[in-house]
Amino acid sequence: MYLARVTGRVVATHKYEGLGGVPLQWIQPLDEHGKAMGGQLVACAVISAGPGDLVHFVDGREAALACPETFVPVDAAIIGFVEQAVANGVRIGREGR
Amino acid sequence: MLIGKVVGSVVATRKDEKLEGRKLLVVQVHNHKNEPTEQYVVAADSVQAGPGDMVLYATGSSARQTSSTENRPVDAVVMAIVDSWDLGGANVYEKWNPR
Repeated sequence: MYLARVTGRVVATHKYEGLGGVPLQWIQPLDEHGKAMGGQLVACAVISAGPGDLVHFVDGREAALACPETFVPVDAAIIGFVEQAVANGVRIGREGR
Repeated sequence: MLIGKVVGSVVATRKDEKLEGRKLLVVQVHNHKNEPTEQYVVAADSVQAGPGDMVLYATGSSARQTSSTENRPVDAVVMAIVDSWDLGGANVYEKWNPR
């Protein structure tokens, strides 16, 4: 699992069956300093997060297990809303705090 | 998942028998700003996507989690056709208004 910042949302009406009603959002993975790490990707948002929110996400096949229907082709899912994270004594907070 | 544009398809008459009848698409990966990258993937289709469509694809073992790719040697599958997306409230891509 990784930390990430939600940066945007994706609208797709034609999705694989079983993914209807599951929001898709752009996320930017973050390193231990809260800085961008690698490129942005799209994840299923099984919790309601919005742009600017700090979240954690799971990648790989396990991501599908977080979705309402688990036999779906999903390789990234936002699974938690992060209030605060601390790494090496440094706090990674929500945007603007 | 990553986003890409379907730029072609693959025709292969000699292939693993488990891939018989699977439509394979050539997808050029785009970044979050809708800039095309130099990365291309061949992905199986699960949503009847076609050339020119902006699509989302899943990779790795997740790609086998569709009725058409289950237990088949597939590691990338197109699983949604993208209508639009925005970043920080600003529209980046709109299917009906290509930039």
